[in-house]
Amino acid sequence: MQNHVPFLLYSLMLFPLAIAVLSLINRWPGLFKKFIYPAVIVLIAGSLALLAIPLKGTPIFVAADFSWVEQAMLVIEVLLAVYLLWLALKRKDLIVTALLVVQTSILLFFHFGAGHHAHAEANLFLDLFSVIMALIIGVIGSLIAMYAVGYMEDFHEHHAEVKDRRPLFLGLIFIFLSAMFGVCFSNNLMWLLFFWEITTVCSFLLIGYKGDEQSITNSFLALRWNLLGGLAFLLGIVILFKNCHTIELNQMMTLSKSLVMLPVALLCFAGITKSAQLPCSSWLVGAMVAPTPVSALLHSSTMVKAGVYLVLRFAGQLGGTTLGLFVAMIGLATFLIGSFICISQNDGKKILAYSTIANLGLIILCAGVGTYEAVWAGILLIIFHAIAKGLLFLCVGAIEHQTGSRQVEDMTGLIVRLPKIAVMLQIGIAGMFLAPFGMLISKWAVLRAIVDFSPFMAVFLIFGSAATLFFWVKWIGKILIVDRVYEKIETRLPSGQMIAMGTLSVLTVLICGCFAVVAHYMIDPYVAAIYGNVTVLSQGNVVVMGIMLLMVCLFPVTFLDYGSGVKMADPYLGGANVGTGNQYRGALAVKDMEMKNYYLDDYFNEGRLMTLGVMLGVIFSLGLIVWGGM
Amino acid sequence: MNIWILIVYLFGAPIVGGLLAGLDRKVTARMQSRMGPPILQPFYDVLKLLKKETLVVRPSQTLYMEFFFILTIFTGALFFSGGDLLLIIFALTLACVFFVLGGFKASSPYSFIGAHREALQMMAYEPALLMVAVGMYMVTKSFQVIDIIKYPTPLIVVLPGIFFAFFFILPIKFRKSPFDLSTSHHAHQELVKGILTEFSGKTLALIEVAHWYENVFVLGLVYLFFASNVWLGLSMALVVFLAQMLIDNASARVRWQAMLGSAWLVALVIGGINIIYLMARG
Repeated sequence: MQNHVPFLLYSLMLFPLAIAVLSLINRWPGLFKKFIYPAVIVLIAGSLALLAIPLKGTPIFVAADFSWVEQAMLVIEVLLAVYLLWLALKRKDLIVTALLVVQTSILLFFHFGAGHHAHAEANLFLDLFSVIMALIIGVIGSLIAMYAVGYMEDFHEHHAEVKDRRPLFLGLIFIFLSAMFGVCFSNNLMWLLFFWEITTVCSFLLIGYKGDEQSITNSFLALRWNLLGGLAFLLGIVILFKNCHTIELNQMMTLSKSLVMLPVALLCFAGITKSAQLPCSSWLVGAMVAPTPVSALLHSSTMVKAGVYLVLRFAGQLGGTTLGLFVAMIGLATFLIGSFICISQNDGKKILAYSTIANLGLIILCAGVGTYEAVWAGILLIIFHAIAKGLLFLCVGAIEHQTGSRQVEDMTGLIVRLPKIAVMLQIGIAGMFLAPFGMLISKWAVLRAIVDFSPFMAVFLIFGSAATLFFWVKWIGKILIVDRVYEKIETRLPSGQMIAMGTLSVLTVLICGCFAVVAHYMIDPYVAAIYGNVTVLSQGNVVVMGIMLLMVCLFPVTFLDYGSGVKMADPYLGGANVGTGNQYRGALAVKDMEMKNYYLDDYFNEGRLMTLGVMLGVIFSLGLIVWGGM
Repeated sequence: MNIWILIVYLFGAPIVGGLLAGLDRKVTARMQSRMGPPILQPFYDVLKLLKKETLVVRPSQTLYMEFFFILTIFTGALFFSGGDLLLIIFALTLACVFFVLGGFKASSPYSFIGAHREALQMMAYEPALLMVAVGMYMVTKSFQVIDIIKYPTPLIVVLPGIFFAFFFILPIKFRKSPFDLSTSHHAHQELVKGILTEFSGKTLALIEVAHWYENVFVLGLVYLFFASNVWLGLSMALVVFLAQMLIDNASARVRWQAMLGSAWLVALVIGGINIIYLMARG
């Protein structure tokens, strides 16, 4: 099986590219289904094949020594830079222009100057962490692509004003997946940077897909932050090469902490911009203007996950250093602020966006802490978050198409109006905050890790965790309320959409049922190889979680007993009920009954919290870079 | 041995909880210069409720409450069999989420506001509760209740701040003033009966018994602070319970802003100082 590793890596990176080319040249919208559905199955099978490779703690390196690849990458990077420059100049965006000019000149100087001799012994590699990431990209990313085919058909029916550029849209999604595979297989940092920049460009184009003023503005916002991250990345590589004469990730890990401080700080900053941590969080919130599959992709399996992947890779270099402390503080602040803001939000997609930012904060916190327990918890978080968040975005997208709104306030009675989607939405939400589902298991692990590292940080973590509880539970509550007679309006969803959502729902429950197995075979060996010891999951606790999961899964079964032994009556309204129980005769006239959720905006106001968050983020990021330079 | 503790808990907890509820009514009545009902009155109430018809607005609302009942018992069982304190708190949260969802499902404006307030209350008390687990872990180096009770000196000595933060949020769990916002033991409040407005008959009986189980569990947490001596622990649990009645009768219900703000502030400042002290102590 070992001999097949290079082939498997190349094909995972190139196959989505081939599909992207097919999508780009396809002129018949009806044909997308025909080749994308099979392609998705191949891609899922391909990423599952990675599991057959016997990897213990040691990575497998692949030389992939093709001299033309680097030339090609350089040409593509310059061409992309020229294209973006043209767009930026057209829009008179000076920041983007400046960033592009600076970055491209540094890149060219490095390539033809000092970096001319830079050579990597192994350009690609594969270890258990890469396998986990590849599975997330391959399975969840592909399912989202499958969902996108049906969704975009609907989307263009609903939005006649948006120009139908579906070939580009679907093509970009597959380029995105290909680049993501590249990110997690690259050992040569120049390669990693190349794929990194491809994801930046893809996300920029996808966010601006609708072409209206707001989409374009938000896409440029995303571009600005990510180019800044890219610049930091490039500077990190240049300095690393100057000081240590290497551009390889695995070498960087083995060098002494003091030698690589600045490169690590810069690369971590790049990861922080990409995973939308404070102070750069605004771009991810703005990105929700894009069609839902884009949000699902950015939030669950690509883009932001590339950021946390990179920072978590450096956990070993960050652990126990002041640098790590700054990274951890950024993560902690982001988790707190993000969770608090969610309370005051009504827009479903916005809640999901801020909760992504918050949860990524937890992962960054784990990376900054850098102990073996924290890294273990961080990887677990990546897995569970990808599944549940992917599902949630797909559900909100489907709800928006069927009801015309994605506001939580408009979701009253959803359980009757859209029963199937509502159930899946509930699974997703439960997956995000409720024991014994994934995110809670991970939060439990994070809390344990942080308490051992710094109980003081744990105190703050606890408050963020309490806030998550509140905003999720009131969302589920809203779906469950049936305050009047509703009709079922659910129409059949395209099969691709249904399969994607159904699979993710099953995965949310399934992975949580066998997370101990996943941890044992995938996470434990990876952590053990770096730190020498592993988190021991006490068997008793695993059993307890199993029992809890079983009980929660039994809950739907009780609905067999629905309505037996009870007598239905109208609710108490403080007056004489009129009609079907949603009106009452008050002192003056017949009134409608209405229920609106709490948003506590005086306390958890988005604008104020964001200002505070950006200030904290700037302070900690400056601290990170300055400390790294000293 | 664990099995016996579990059996004693399963059958004993509702009896103890019911008796405590009876004691509560008696003591409260005396504080208000009334005679009060017989001490067994809560049992008579529950038995009568069981015979009554269950009226609902939405048929599934009772299912959520049945799960609240089961999960509350499960939480206590985990606790009394010496489980992991963090997991126990999460199990309690799970149970309470079912309770809140039952309130939402009832689809009536009064239970709706009650459910929101219940969720707010959970948000208010959760930090203090988790801090109890963190503090005890820092001292005893274990999250397992079974290890924590073996600690030789009373934990209160090193965890006074955390105990205060925990004591501060106890009225929420006992549904006592000043924090009985979502539903109340008192006959009438501005939200009618809050989250329980639309619950009657067997379901209300189940909720009441679940509440007894919950109270016993919460008093168990109080016991942990004094666990080095059984008699000290038991008597302090009783003292804390009686103190709740005094607070209940001596204070008015506050607005949610005051509850959330004060509970978080106390946990952050007084609990936080305690944690810094523990860190400094090493």
